[in-house]
Amino acid sequence: MALSRLSLRSNRFLRPSTTAAALPSSIRRHVSTDTTPITIETAVPFESHLCDAPSRSVETSSAEILSFFRDMARMRRMEIAADSLYKSKLIRGFCHLYDGQEALAVGMEAAITRKDAIITSYRDHCTFLGRGGELVDAFSELMGRKRGCSNGKGGSMHFYKKDACFYGGHGIVGAQIPLGCGLAFAQKYSKEEFVTFTLYGDGAANQGQLFEALNIAALWDLPAILVCENNHYGMGTATWRSAKSPAYFKRGDYVPGLKVDGMDALAVKQACKFAKEHALKNGPIVLEMDTYRYHGHSMSDPGSTYRTRDEVSGVRQVRDPIERVRKLLLSHDIATEKELKDMEKEVRKEVDDAVAQAKESPVPEPSELFTNMYVKDCGVESFGADRKELKVTLT
Amino acid sequence: MASLLGRFCRKLVVPGSAHGSRMTSTTACGSETVKSLNLYSAINQALHIALETDPRSYVFGEDVGFGGVFRCTTGLAERFGKNRVFNTPLCEQGIVGFGIGLAAMGNRAVVEIQFADYIYPAFDQIVNEAAKFRYRSGNQFNCGGLTIRAPYGAVGHGGHYHSQSPEAFFCHVPGIKVVIPRSPREAKGLLLSSIRDPNPVVFFEPKWLYRQAVEEVPEHDYMIPLSQAEVIREGSDITLVGWGAQLTVMEQACLDAEKEGISCELIDLKTLLPWDKETVEASVKKTGRLLISHEAPITGGFGAEISATILERCFLKLEAPVSRVCGLDTPFPLVFEPFYMPTKNKASSSSSLSSPSKNTHFLIHGFSRLL
Repeated sequence: MALSRLSLRSNRFLRPSTTAAALPSSIRRHVSTDTTPITIETAVPFESHLCDAPSRSVETSSAEILSFFRDMARMRRMEIAADSLYKSKLIRGFCHLYDGQEALAVGMEAAITRKDAIITSYRDHCTFLGRGGELVDAFSELMGRKRGCSNGKGGSMHFYKKDACFYGGHGIVGAQIPLGCGLAFAQKYSKEEFVTFTLYGDGAANQGQLFEALNIAALWDLPAILVCENNHYGMGTATWRSAKSPAYFKRGDYVPGLKVDGMDALAVKQACKFAKEHALKNGPIVLEMDTYRYHGHSMSDPGSTYRTRDEVSGVRQVRDPIERVRKLLLSHDIATEKELKDMEKEVRKEVDDAVAQAKESPVPEPSELFTNMYVKDCGVESFGADRKELKVTLT
Repeated sequence: MASLLGRFCRKLVVPGSAHGSRMTSTTACGSETVKSLNLYSAINQALHIALETDPRSYVFGEDVGFGGVFRCTTGLAERFGKNRVFNTPLCEQGIVGFGIGLAAMGNRAVVEIQFADYIYPAFDQIVNEAAKFRYRSGNQFNCGGLTIRAPYGAVGHGGHYHSQSPEAFFCHVPGIKVVIPRSPREAKGLLLSSIRDPNPVVFFEPKWLYRQAVEEVPEHDYMIPLSQAEVIREGSDITLVGWGAQLTVMEQACLDAEKEGISCELIDLKTLLPWDKETVEASVKKTGRLLISHEAPITGGFGAEISATILERCFLKLEAPVSRVCGLDTPFPLVFEPFYMPTKNKASSSSSLSSPSKNTHFLIHGFSRLL
């Protein structure tokens, strides 16, 4: 740590002091747009299985770390806003929140491109945001409005973004794993050097389809990276009660694996970068992200019947991803306390505006009930409650 | 939308209780103490009794240890121990396969699938293993002690994967039984029958009724026979057949129809496989008209089987085509749930369509009430 502080001190003099003044006042003042590389050591070492762990020194920049802060603050705010929207019954159905796990979403994005594919489970709001999704599209989808990213027909569990290669949002646990390996299969055919990150949880790690997918991915050398987001609870069941071997990164057996501190955005970035290079050269790799969710499994789960409040607040105090980045920014003098607080205020306003905008979007048309089941259908007629008024030929 | 509001705004009085459902009690005589229970408490009681009366019975599934996501298994782990009531990892295929194995050794395995929407990974085990075990081993082995419990059906906001009604898939599998209760009292008796039945049973519980339905449930050990349908409301103009939560909707439609002078006979099928053809046949021969209603999509739903069988048996007595008021042929939608569901107004308007001689004003009222 001391070494990196030294290198940064010298950087400070190189940082243009007129950055702020150079920008026109109509643009938000960036506290630091410095992209000079700096190196930060991860706090926790990587644990590896059948491969050499990457270096603990992560190459990053002030601008990047600041973007981590802003993006994670935005994700955190979004999830909290979703919580209160759910409680006021504007969001119905099921709502699985990601707060606590934001480092995973931002760290991964920093290591890859928008042409690499990501597919995940139902805890997908922040992953969607990370892929470039708009807040207003997210809130609209949560509330089932037309403006939503899936036209209001998917809801919380089914966010998708085709132009960013985000293959969504899946409700059935573990079902996205073979799908993700299939995406990698297609990428291998295209020869464009892109990879697929397939995210699943510690609960899904016990699904048979994971092992089927691992075998095929390894057999055919697919550029698939299987990322186990280990937040230590499969709904209400702790990992020690559901898994004989909670070392999920070793579960690949013949597939190499890496265990990563999932609450450290920089460690996540390093691991994903390493994994992408590995997958393109050597085939699949398993990443286990040691992370934690503050909320319960979903909004119907208080999250306190299977874990103590002390545990949750303990993790929040010691390992919170946003606080870590904040400490990094302050200790490296990249931003001041006040600037960060202002950034958080801006983010809060962004989120509030997005919620207000989303509320104005209308609910999809009733005829949408029948659309998008088939492409060109065989002219099958489907009708609504009133056979005369609401009739649609499936096209 | 009134029907939708109605579903949420009040605790339901369960159909059939006024007429007194016929029950087979295992106690010879004596006053039965009853308690007002909702569906999950009734199921919980049944499980307690099942585990108490048979020391070789086990309850397991995802999260059942702390009581389950719907509180159906509360108190079981504390009372019977972690060796008999335990959590499994998240793998439906494994859970059911494991249950088949336990049952094959002569135990009673009461397996919980957390939502019927998640039963599909276990579909192979149920269809290819459980259903055919006795048959292919020439009666040497069987897994009759297996009972698979799963909450099914709409709940108001469940969306694609917490609202499905997959009973039709299982009704197509000879070798298993499919049972669906309509109320707390029925659920307790039917679940005990299912657990003690020497065949593998898939027991679907209407999750919408877990809290909403409250009924007087006898506290003792009693069983309701399988494959016996029940006429819960007598009538002379039209027969309505349904199961599970849909019966409460249909009873409302019957009450509405009665105001218009249509006398409806309502039958609860209870067991879908093998189903009581005789009771439905006798009823349709009396009324001459049949309406079937279920939440599952109409095409290929179990209503089609009932319709075909009744047509074969009652062709000359039918005065109108068999009507089916069911869910639409779409995936179970999210925001469009009220449009998808077979509401009482859809049932009402359909029943008058089958009774052209009756008051057709009813038709117009039906439509206006819907939107």
